[in-house]
Amino acid sequence: MIDENTVRHVARLARLRLEPEEEKVMQEELSGILEHIDAIRSMDLDGVPPTTHVLALENVLRADVPRPSLPREEALREADDVVDDSFGVPRMD
Amino acid sequence: MALRDLTAAEQVAALQAGETTSLELLDAHLAAVEADDVEAFLAIDADGARERARAIDALPDRPPLAGVPIAIKDALSTRDIVTTSGSRMLEGFRPVYTATCVQRLEDAGAIVVGKTNMDEFAMGSSTENSAYKNTLNPWDHQRVPGGSSGGSAASVAQRQVPWSLGSDTGGSIRQPAALCGIVGMKPTYGAISRYGLIAFASSLDQVGPFARTVEDAALLLRHMVGRDPMDSTSLDWPGEITLPTATDLAGLRVGVVEELMGEGIEPGVRAAVDASLKAIEDLGATVVPVSLPSALSGLATYYVLAPAECSSNLARFDGIRYGHPVPADNLLDQYEMTRGQLFGPEVKRRIMLGTFALASGYYDQYYGRAQRVRTLIVREFEAAFEGVDLLASPTSPTVAFPLGDRTADPYAMYLADVCTIPVSLAGLPAISIPCGLSEGLPVGLQLAGPAFSENRLFDAAHALEKALAFDTRPPGLTT
Repeated sequence: MIDENTVRHVARLARLRLEPEEEKVMQEELSGILEHIDAIRSMDLDGVPPTTHVLALENVLRADVPRPSLPREEALREADDVVDDSFGVPRMD
Repeated sequence: MALRDLTAAEQVAALQAGETTSLELLDAHLAAVEADDVEAFLAIDADGARERARAIDALPDRPPLAGVPIAIKDALSTRDIVTTSGSRMLEGFRPVYTATCVQRLEDAGAIVVGKTNMDEFAMGSSTENSAYKNTLNPWDHQRVPGGSSGGSAASVAQRQVPWSLGSDTGGSIRQPAALCGIVGMKPTYGAISRYGLIAFASSLDQVGPFARTVEDAALLLRHMVGRDPMDSTSLDWPGEITLPTATDLAGLRVGVVEELMGEGIEPGVRAAVDASLKAIEDLGATVVPVSLPSALSGLATYYVLAPAECSSNLARFDGIRYGHPVPADNLLDQYEMTRGQLFGPEVKRRIMLGTFALASGYYDQYYGRAQRVRTLIVREFEAAFEGVDLLASPTSPTVAFPLGDRTADPYAMYLADVCTIPVSLAGLPAISIPCGLSEGLPVGLQLAGPAFSENRLFDAAHALEKALAFDTRPPGLTT
C-alpha cells in the first residue's frame, strides 16, 4: 500500500501534474499492482547477480570523426516556439 | 483469386513474372485500407505510396520485395508521415528521418501505405490505450485485436496488407497475432535496428513482422536483420534468414512449458494447443514437459523493469522540441502540465510505477530484485535448451476478449502477456502461429528458441502450419 504523500512525491519526480481525483485513483491502482509485484520480494535470490544485458556483447565503439548533422531548420521544424534559431522555453524560477 | 488473397511471397512472384504491377496491387489494397472497416490505421499515405509504386514499376529490374505494400506500426518513425505512437503527446508530429528497419524494407522495394493504431507508446494489450480510437478484431468486431500492435495485426488479418511491422516489448507482436489469427514474430534481442523506434523499454524492445504465413514473416525479417551504426545494440547477423522449407519435424525436441499450461489458461486455448502438440508429434518431433520454475514470476518482474525503463525513456516528452506544450509561466509548471494532460492514464500509471521502483528507498526492493529474478529466468531458459530445441506454450491465456472488458482493471490487462513476457525477459526469439479456434476465435501457439535460432523456429512453424492448415480468413471477410 502506498500513501498519498508517496504518490505526490513520485509524481513530482516524474514531472507529472495529477489532478486531486487522479491522485486518489493512482494511489489505489498502484497499490493494487504492487500487491502482485510484491511476490518477487519474498523470492530467494541469494547469490543471484542482476542482469545487465541478455546477450554478452562487447562494448561498441566508433572513431570520433565529425560528420554532418541534422540541419538546424529541420531540427527546429516540429517545435511550437522557436526563438533566435533555438527552442523557446518559459523562464525558470 | 483476388490480389488481396495472395501472400506477400505470391505477390512478389506475380510482380516478378509481370502478371501484375505494383500500382495495380497497391490500388487493390488501398481500397481496403481507405475503407478501414476495422479501424486499423492512424495515417494513410495513398499519394506517396502510389508515387513509390509507379517508380518501382518503372525500374528495369524489380528489387527483391518488388513493390509489395506494407503497413507500419505508428511507433516507427517515417520521414514526413505523421508518427504519433498512439499518443496526444505526438499529435501531428512529422519525423525528420525514417527508422532503419523501414528504410531497409523500402530499399528492398516494399511500399509503405500507412501507419497503424496502437496502445499509447506501446503500453497495453488491447490497443484500447490508443489516444485516438479503438481497433476492432477482424474475427469479431465486438472484441479487441490485442496489443499493443493491434492495428498492424488487424490490418494483416483483414487483408488490407499482406504483412506489417510491429514492436514487441512483452508480447506486443505475438499476442495480437494470436488474437487475430495470423503469424507474428519477435526476433532475438538486437536482431533488428531500433533506430527510429520510439523507445518504451530499451532492454526489451524489438521490431518484428506480422504476416499470414510463416514464409512471409521470414521473408520480411530477412530484409531487416543486421547491424546498424545508428543503434549500438544491433547485432551482426550470423548467416542469413532462409525461407522455411521443412515438411516434417523428425529429430526435433520440443519442450512444453508446464507453468504456462496450467491455471489461468482457458480450456479452449489449452485444447487447441494440445491438439497442435499432437500434430508436432505426428510430424516426427519428440514432445516432453519442461519446467521453468520462475516463468510465472516473469509478469511481476516485467512490471517493475518495463515501467522503470519507460519512466526514463519518456522523460524526453515535454512538448518543447516536438509536440505541443500546455503553456505556463515557468518551465517546471509547463513540463508538469504538458505531461499531466497529454499522456493517457496507462502511460501515467507506468511512469509512476517505474519512477517509484527506481526511487531512493525502493530501488533495492523493486528494481534491484527484479533484475536478479530476470537472471533466474535467463538461466532457466538456458538450462531448458540443453534438453530441447524449442519450447512451446500458448501465446495468450485467452482468446480475444470483448472491448471494454479489462479497461477498468490494469492488472487483468497485464495478465494477457503472462505467456509472452518470460521469453522477452530472456531476449529470445519466438513466433506465434494460429493453431486452431476456440468459440470461433483464433488461438495462438508460441514457439520459442535459443538466441539466433530464427531459422529453426521458422522451419518448425512452417511445417506445423502446413499440417494444421488453419484458414486465416476471418468469417464474412470478402476480398
